[in-house]
Amino acid sequence: MHSMFKRTAMALVASVALTAPVAAELTGELRIFLDTSNPAPRATMEAMIERFQQQHPDLEIETTVIDREAYKTQIRNFLTADTPDVANWYAANRMKPYVDAGLFEDVSDLWAEAEISDNLGSTKGALTIDGKQWGVPYTYYQWGVYYRKDIFDELGLSEPTTWKEELANCQKIIDSGRTCYTIGTKFLWTAGGWFDYLNMRTNGFDFHQQLANGEISWEDDRVKQTFANWKQLIDMGAFIDNHQTYSWQEALPFMVKGDAAAYLMGNFAVAPLREAGLSDDQLDFYQFVAINPDVELAEDAPTDTFHIPANALNKEAARAFLRFVVSADEQTEINNGSNLGQLPVNAQSSVDADKFLQQGFNMLSSNSPGGIAQFWDRDAPAEMAKVSMEGFQEFMVKPDNADKILAKLERARTRIYDQ
Amino acid sequence: MTVSAELDSESWFHRNQQRIAPWLFLAPGLLFFLFYVIIPVFQSFNLSLYEWDGLGAAEYVGFRNYEDLYWEFSDRDAFYISLKNNLIWLLLYLAAIPAGLFIALFLNQTVKGIRLYKSLFFFPFVISQVVVGLVFTWFYDPTFGLLNEFLGLFGMGPLNVLGDERFVTYGIIFAGLWPQTAYCMILYLTGLNAVDPEQIEAGRLDGAKGFRMLWHIILPQLRPATFIAFVVTIIGALRSFDLISIMTQGGPFGSSRVLAYYMFEVALSEYGFRMGYGAAIAVILFLIMLCFIAYFLWSMYREERRH
Repeated sequence: MHSMFKRTAMALVASVALTAPVAAELTGELRIFLDTSNPAPRATMEAMIERFQQQHPDLEIETTVIDREAYKTQIRNFLTADTPDVANWYAANRMKPYVDAGLFEDVSDLWAEAEISDNLGSTKGALTIDGKQWGVPYTYYQWGVYYRKDIFDELGLSEPTTWKEELANCQKIIDSGRTCYTIGTKFLWTAGGWFDYLNMRTNGFDFHQQLANGEISWEDDRVKQTFANWKQLIDMGAFIDNHQTYSWQEALPFMVKGDAAAYLMGNFAVAPLREAGLSDDQLDFYQFVAINPDVELAEDAPTDTFHIPANALNKEAARAFLRFVVSADEQTEINNGSNLGQLPVNAQSSVDADKFLQQGFNMLSSNSPGGIAQFWDRDAPAEMAKVSMEGFQEFMVKPDNADKILAKLERARTRIYDQ
Repeated sequence: MTVSAELDSESWFHRNQQRIAPWLFLAPGLLFFLFYVIIPVFQSFNLSLYEWDGLGAAEYVGFRNYEDLYWEFSDRDAFYISLKNNLIWLLLYLAAIPAGLFIALFLNQTVKGIRLYKSLFFFPFVISQVVVGLVFTWFYDPTFGLLNEFLGLFGMGPLNVLGDERFVTYGIIFAGLWPQTAYCMILYLTGLNAVDPEQIEAGRLDGAKGFRMLWHIILPQLRPATFIAFVVTIIGALRSFDLISIMTQGGPFGSSRVLAYYMFEVALSEYGFRMGYGAAIAVILFLIMLCFIAYFLWSMYREERRH
């Protein structure tokens, strides 16, 4: 009802505008599909589209918000039939099937514009396939270790920076009757985060990407070293028991209650931790420790993106919308603490004063020389991601099966990348 | 149109009315069956010979998908585990039949408020499988679950049913038995209504009671109910999907998958778009079901002939 009223109002404005000279000439219909079904992101997106509407009153914008999980399967249908003009998705390998199938529009022309090429350089790689860009980013967020500062203080621990300090800290936490890390691997991807960090710290960003691209054997000694490091933590009891039964949300209470001291997670974990009653004095953040001093630090920072489907009808308006989304002001606005609470992709934007966002921003902009990864299930092809994350979960439950698991992953690799 | 032509056509219809009428009535059902079952069966088989991600062009690969399944089987990989779990499901799910019979016999009495007890026992079948799955997930929860509270009373250690690859399938089957038993119970309750009291009387005069009465007098009369219970339980076991999806998503590390869930995972889930491979699994599942369907049809045909 509300939107109908809005549309009538827009039509009225439009008819009035016909008599007066108009600033923007975009007309027709712009259909936007979003997966931001959670209340806060949804409101952010709707407000942003409303501002775009005000700039282009002649444009008839229709927004459809689809449940986040359902969107992942529906995108396959709506890119081929009844296609919207703009749709959101994820960067890197996650968009590859659609790029390969010719379903995403090449937007390299946008990236050639000074406004974008000068300010969005940090995420360009994540949106490039075959030397062309297939969309624009609208938000990203850091990963890292969120920990209970009060527990660290109580045990006299400080933020670790090396693997040795990490292990020493963890031992003290375990001696105090707690576990070091909470994690819920029921949906597998959380284990992918651990693998990302351990492998990038052990073997470096480039090795990690080569592994994701299937160029390196899973039975390589360097991969085995990553798993050996992981095993050190598992064997000392660093992770909570029964993590294979929990989702990442179900693993939060362990940290809230103080049974676990830290959580390797994306910045989206901060909101539920605060809601559960942890104050900013109790909660803090540190960058995942260095393991191999010879490799440069690299971070996970998944990027969410907007794309124009190849079958879109109003590509001109869609391009205008993409330009609008990545503009410095919009980026500052939608990523601030009261909206998405994440990091803006535009270098000219300002980052919210929130302490986690500030720390994350500093870490990614100044202390991640190795590179920025998207996340294991976005960097590796979907099939390999699935098989390997299942292997990571099994390894975390039965670390002694490492050789068997790696052999299985190696078999999967020869099958998956051959095709 | 001339009058004679009209008469002609009318008379043709009249002549053949007896033969046409059943086909007319069958037509809607047959058409639906054709379009939603028969044609898709052949389409699936056709698709299983291709490699297709659901987006681009499909590539013909002959029987390679089946070959891959064979290698997965011999490697004791996902396909082997799914197949093995399907067998466990088939066997253990049948426990719903005697359990349903037992509850039906127990409830088949006239006491005050028996309708209420009957509906309480039937309740699990009414609620959605999703709810059943959630309830049992909480029941099995290793830290807060009722099961472990209960085991704790006897000093037994915490058991992570859904997180242990040795117990997980049994745990899910147990959850599935709850509604399935209710279903079988209802089938037997209706069957018990049709049991001939005179035969019981006669049996009693001949000195039969207890188990002998049940085995020789009651059960033979419940044959039709047993047959239906058997059919729905077998089919239910083979298409078990919702509980697995809700309770474990096939985990931990894929050890609770069955063929139906594996097919979904490979072809339609977040990380899968191997339509051809999924179709190949579907064909295997179909062939397994076909054995049972053929048996059911054959025994139904035999029953018909007898009457």
